[in-house]
Amino acid sequence: MFSVFRDLIRYNIEFTIGVVLVGVIVAFSLLSFASPVDPTAIYTTIPDMPPSAEFWFGTNSRGQDLFWQLTFAFRNTLFFGLTVAVLSRIISITVGLTAGYLGGWTDRTLMFFNDIFVAIPIFPILILFYFVLRNNLDMMKLALIMACFGWPFDARLIRSVALGLKHREFTRHAVFAGMSPARIMYEEHLPYVMPIVFSTAMANMIWSIGLEVTLAVLGFTNINVPTVGTALYWANNHSAMVVGVWWWIVIPVVLIVMTFLGLFLLAVSMNEYIDPRSRLRRMGA
Amino acid sequence: MSAPPLLDVRDVSKVFTMGGVLSRKQIRAVNEVSFALSTETPEIFTIIGESGSGKTTLARMIFGSDVPTSGELKFEGRDIAARRGADRLAFMARVQPIFQNPFEAFNPLKRVDRYLASTARRFLNARTEAEMEGPMDEALHHVGLSLKEVKGRFPHELSGGQLQRTAIARALISQPSVIVADEPVSMVDASLRMAIVNLFKRLRDELGVTIIYITHDLATAYYISDRIIIMQKGHVVEMGPARPILEAPQHPYSQLLKRSVLSFDDAGRGLITRSGREEVDTSAEALVKGRLEPAEDGRLVRVG
Amino acid sequence: MADDILTVEGLKAYYQMNYFGVEREVRAVDDVTMRVMANEIYGIAGESSSGKTSFIKVLAAAIRPPFRIVDGRVTYRFNGKPIDVAHAGEDEIAKIRWKHLSYIMQGSMSVLNPVRRVRSTFEDFAFRPMGLKRDAFWEAVEAHLARLHLEPGVLRAYPHELSGGMRQRVTIALATVCRPEFIIADEPTTALDVVVQKDVLAMIREVQQALGSSVVFVTHDMSVHANVTDRLAIVYAGRIVEEAPTRTIFTAARHPYTRHLVASLPRIGDTSPKPSLEGRPPSLAEPPAGCRFHPRCPIAVERCRREVPVLEERPGGHRVACFRADEALPAEKILNVEEPLS
Repeated sequence: MFSVFRDLIRYNIEFTIGVVLVGVIVAFSLLSFASPVDPTAIYTTIPDMPPSAEFWFGTNSRGQDLFWQLTFAFRNTLFFGLTVAVLSRIISITVGLTAGYLGGWTDRTLMFFNDIFVAIPIFPILILFYFVLRNNLDMMKLALIMACFGWPFDARLIRSVALGLKHREFTRHAVFAGMSPARIMYEEHLPYVMPIVFSTAMANMIWSIGLEVTLAVLGFTNINVPTVGTALYWANNHSAMVVGVWWWIVIPVVLIVMTFLGLFLLAVSMNEYIDPRSRLRRMGA
Repeated sequence: MSAPPLLDVRDVSKVFTMGGVLSRKQIRAVNEVSFALSTETPEIFTIIGESGSGKTTLARMIFGSDVPTSGELKFEGRDIAARRGADRLAFMARVQPIFQNPFEAFNPLKRVDRYLASTARRFLNARTEAEMEGPMDEALHHVGLSLKEVKGRFPHELSGGQLQRTAIARALISQPSVIVADEPVSMVDASLRMAIVNLFKRLRDELGVTIIYITHDLATAYYISDRIIIMQKGHVVEMGPARPILEAPQHPYSQLLKRSVLSFDDAGRGLITRSGREEVDTSAEALVKGRLEPAEDGRLVRVG
Repeated sequence: MADDILTVEGLKAYYQMNYFGVEREVRAVDDVTMRVMANEIYGIAGESSSGKTSFIKVLAAAIRPPFRIVDGRVTYRFNGKPIDVAHAGEDEIAKIRWKHLSYIMQGSMSVLNPVRRVRSTFEDFAFRPMGLKRDAFWEAVEAHLARLHLEPGVLRAYPHELSGGMRQRVTIALATVCRPEFIIADEPTTALDVVVQKDVLAMIREVQQALGSSVVFVTHDMSVHANVTDRLAIVYAGRIVEEAPTRTIFTAARHPYTRHLVASLPRIGDTSPKPSLEGRPPSLAEPPAGCRFHPRCPIAVERCRREVPVLEERPGGHRVACFRADEALPAEKILNVEEPLS
């Protein structure tokens, strides 16, 4: 495993850039555990200070040190994105592989529900949940709700791959080697869909983080939890750009763009490495 | 009344329905095929046909992957299609398939020995590593390999011939009485092909396994078969003892097939001529009207 | 030699790769020298990974990295003008392609465009090389189809409306419509049924006779070679091990590998046990030292492990690369019939 990592760093420039970008953001968010300030407290320092040696990222109009504030914001946002991605991957893999491999009646039922979830408009539903749950809507609940909506497209994609795999000779061979459907799905077919799982996980994180930012900026989440979205909400609320506190908006946006770019590069380069067929093809085997 | 035959195929037909609600088209892939394999004398029973002859569909019905539209397929007196769950597993232990492309029969991302281990675990109830490895090694020895050569290898590390032999060893673990081999040598290199074909002979003679060999190659069929059936568009046109039929086929279609086999008598003279397919009535009507009638050497020939 | 249409001298073509720090060199074509004369069908027989596919990539001047020509010359002589496709520029090769040098491939679908009628494929491939006016061109195409016993109606069909055998016949018509001097046929009948195979082979032979072209015919199937080719080269692990008139290969082969291939062919009417060869074809990335066949050879001696046998010329246009080509082989050695199961 370590040698794979070392080879990727050495021979794949996309991977190296991705590791650096994501590494910087993750390290940054981990600093929150060493934070000297409470992220929910306000007016703990002088407001509206530009970036300087004392306040690296400046301070905002609510008297918070943006550097420490954003470490919490990124920790929460990354954790949120990861939770949604993992949960929705579990659902889409299960649904996609089962529908594709078992086919028939199971397939029709699962795809019926799949299509319903595709058709439901997610944004109004999320706002509805906000009004119902109000301050009970913490990050975990929001992640759960979004995971329930983030799987259907990818489940269809996985199903189409599984449909193809079902008719391959090795699947029939596995059946006659006495393997159960569950084993065939998880041991024979799952490796084939892993590249899809990785690249869709990436797209899913971008989708869920983006949606969280949108909701938060509009004020439809718990605005007391620091996230990238709520940071922008408060900046907007205090008309940061108008009053010249540009760093309050520019810095989080730059950091979130770095996050997306890094995750994207990682997904692309790892994708190629995970799939031994493309690797073998390149080796001419 | 003696014991039921090993495999009893009686008037088996398979009809596929294609298309949607408005343009439904029925394709008769297999049409009223009957034959029986006996328990006492293991044999190599060959099904010959071109693509579209229904030979693969017939094979799939024999190992229970497809259900016949009409007719009966009985294994040791019991209907194959009716066996479910643990009963189906017990049937699978007795009738094992071998597939066409050895490179496709193993998942390229997985080690090949996992198929052998799974077979030993599920069909022999082997629990420990040692309990599994004994039968695995024994089966591999039957095909001229050993567990040492195969263990931990990925499919791309083995040759086509080795993979096909591993697939055969895998099928042998559960000690089946029938192996259904669908075009098992068409994807294997020339120098390794006869190794597989000779292996089938040895499995029949020394382990008493009956082999249903499905092929389009008349030369290897002649070399190993005891009995053959020749199929055309889902119909049996000629069946019976292999060598008399292949030496002197009687049905016009069998004769066409025999004529099309490339001979070596005029090697290098460039004398190849066309098959003369046009002169043979290969229409479906002629087949449907015809009936199988007994002829010399104990064969059955379709006459119209 | 005025009669040669293709001369290959000392050709070495390797795949050279460097991926994730692993360097690999696959010697797919290693020191091949051969000639193809005008008006003959030259067969190349070899198993998978024998390098035969790579060799015809060179002949077809379709070399793409990581595949490279390391050494040697591949010279065609069209209208008396030599062209070395191993070193010629892309535009020079484009000039001879299809007009002088064409191909028949295994999958007809790779040539015929599935969403267009056959007619437009003919136009794409042949109109420019033929250099005729539109009416004269279609007249020539239809005359050519008639010569091959094909209905002009196939031009209006889409590829999927034709049967596999018919599609392959159309590709042959397409490959020969410009009356090329040289045709490369790569496993043209492998995917076909026996009856159709015979018709397609007969058609290739007929069209070759009619045009007087040369054909390089590549297949692993010895029975096809027996019926179609005039001369035959046996390729093993990137090298030609034996080359002779096809009849000689089937009646008086000298290389143990060839003898095994011929001896193991099943024939209707012949009930004698057929031998099988142990071992596997070597990897071209790490070929064995000396003669590449020695690990599987029933008559290998110490010398075979150390030295590479050269392809030596013998009487009757017969070339063999084996130190023991003149040894009388004991039948039971080459007919290495397997012992019964223990």
